[in-house]
Amino acid sequence: MSDTVIKLENLGKKYLIRHQQSERYTALRDVLTNKFRSFGKRLITLQPHSFNLRPSREEFWALRELSFEVKQGDRLGIIGRNGAGKTTLLKLLSRITEPTTGRISIKGRVASLLEVGTGFHPELTGRENIYLNGAILGMTKNEIRRKFDEIVEFAEIEKFLDTPVKRYSSGMYVRLAFAVAAHLEPEILLVDEVLAVGDAAFQKKCLGKMEDVSKEGRTILFVSHNMPAITRLCSKAIYLRQGRIVKNGDSYQVVSDYLLSGIDTKAERVWPDPLMRPGDDIVRLCAVRVRNNKGCVSETIDIRHPVGIETQFEVLRPGHILVPNYHFFNDEGVYLFVAIDQDPEWWRKTRPAGHFVSIARIPGNFFAEGILTVGVAISTFDPLAVHFYERDAVSFHIIDTIDGDSARGDYGGVLPGVIRPVLNWTTLFNPGDVFLQ
Amino acid sequence: MKNSDQTEIIIEAGRTEAQYWKDLYRYRELFYFLSWRDILVRYKQTVIGIAWAVIRPFLTMFVFTIVFGKLAKLPSEGAPYPILVFSAVLPWQFFANALSETSNSLIGNANLISKIYFPRLIIPASSVITSFVDFLISSVILVALMVWYQFVPGWRVMTLPFFVAISFAASIGCGLWLAALNVKYRDFRYIIPFIVQFGLFISPVGFSSSIVPAKWRLLYSLNPMVGVIDGFRWAILGEGFLLYWPGFILCLSLVVIILVTGLRYFRKTEKTLADVI
Repeated sequence: MSDTVIKLENLGKKYLIRHQQSERYTALRDVLTNKFRSFGKRLITLQPHSFNLRPSREEFWALRELSFEVKQGDRLGIIGRNGAGKTTLLKLLSRITEPTTGRISIKGRVASLLEVGTGFHPELTGRENIYLNGAILGMTKNEIRRKFDEIVEFAEIEKFLDTPVKRYSSGMYVRLAFAVAAHLEPEILLVDEVLAVGDAAFQKKCLGKMEDVSKEGRTILFVSHNMPAITRLCSKAIYLRQGRIVKNGDSYQVVSDYLLSGIDTKAERVWPDPLMRPGDDIVRLCAVRVRNNKGCVSETIDIRHPVGIETQFEVLRPGHILVPNYHFFNDEGVYLFVAIDQDPEWWRKTRPAGHFVSIARIPGNFFAEGILTVGVAISTFDPLAVHFYERDAVSFHIIDTIDGDSARGDYGGVLPGVIRPVLNWTTLFNPGDVFLQ
Repeated sequence: MKNSDQTEIIIEAGRTEAQYWKDLYRYRELFYFLSWRDILVRYKQTVIGIAWAVIRPFLTMFVFTIVFGKLAKLPSEGAPYPILVFSAVLPWQFFANALSETSNSLIGNANLISKIYFPRLIIPASSVITSFVDFLISSVILVALMVWYQFVPGWRVMTLPFFVAISFAASIGCGLWLAALNVKYRDFRYIIPFIVQFGLFISPVGFSSSIVPAKWRLLYSLNPMVGVIDGFRWAILGEGFLLYWPGFILCLSLVVIILVTGLRYFRKTEKTLADVI
């Protein structure tokens, strides 16, 4: 099970970017005019290369010094911002382009869901397109013939089998395309952003298919911007930035790194310099921390575990009623709720000078997965005064698992909502007349 | 299929050459399906469908017979003038169709090229096959003409496959050049209809190449289609037609050169095709 199926060594891909032309192809006319222009300039200036002040071509490394291994049965997520080289990597793996440096060795048949519907010809009928698309995806004629009925059934297009696909509804089109791709049996499956296209049902089908494939011990490489999907489906992940690997490891850690890299706030924020601390002459903020169920500062929190938000502050002038409060935002900027300190020990009591630590514990199975940002404030309510409000004090990343005991149960797809509580369900079996009225 | 593909694939800069020809064999079914698709699609949603493959050469032959045979009264080399014309229209149409099909084939299949791997040679090659099917269909007219004029070809007609092979090589050679050039320089999109239009008149389609003055004939043979057409006529028309051997040899070597260099240039372009297209 643990043999290496994909091995990359020092892989690099270089592109030449043209600055002058916006077209991707050259016209002979332009080549000739440029030749003449440079020739003319050379005659005038008598300096052969002085016209080359601004180079018209520039090297650009889409991928650089990439080395990693993928073992059989691995589900590897590839994440990174746009232009980080994710798609180039898949293109190299599927042999669409050649690498500039390095080598890749692959054992087994590679197929990719990036080609859903590629090569479909609008004029051909559904039947003809199944054969054509199958062949394009690398199936043999016998294989297609063997799976033909299955594909038709999966796509639910029996009636329209002999209609040109240009007359199909877009839904039928996508179903047929996916059905062909789904019946391919590759040893290595490359998936690029399929979850971005299609409706919810289609996305669910894709995810379901990927889970099936991985259960069969095949290898999956999954490129996506859908971080929850990555953490759910992939055991490992690679984080690419500007063509290089930033982090390679367990998927939830890599995803946390990636998500938090865009946010300055971390799970811990400390203001060591007393003069820089937020606050006024009554109270000042010293530190804010996110602690997991083991009491460690952690950016990654399992959805099932409680999380503690801890604020350390110093009261400079005694005699005030001070109420710490937390403000929670999700990664879409939605204001989730406000939590106000209710500790009975200090409720409506003035505080002496000195250091305090206030901890709020949020139960497990409460937030939905994603990044949460916490704003920290200390207020006095009568008369109303805000001593400080640090908006993006700390952030942490909630991760949902597929172990089945979180609120999502065994559902692997996208789960909407901002909270995700585990409810108490009961079932009555054949309850009798009382309940049926 | 569990054990069918356990071979290890190495992807490396410049490495593909060694695997290329192996891949070409491995992807033979795709080649078959692409040709099949092109043939199917060619006459979809047309009223008379495949009859177009017959009507176009027939009309060309008809017009040329009237203009060159009846009006200009050019020599017919001892055969009925329609047969003289049609034995040239056949290879010419094949060549012209193949040229326009292949030159646009890569761009027409850009979505395939930028999304999946297969030896790209398959695409222009399957376009030539499509034109070849048209060629086979329209040769029915030649048979019909022979029956109509009660013209019996001699033993030389047995050599026809050889000349068909030459026209095949010429088509694919020129097609590869133009397909590859067209991806890089889209100017060729405008040049090709021009070549096809003019080629019809500079090649001996409507007339016999024997009317070209002897001192110009070698020069005239620099057009490879001259050799191909003369070959066809030599095989079909029989004793009446004399083959100009120096010109034919020249044409043959030209075809070989075009084919080899075309293949090489195509292979060179192919590596960066997905990045350029």
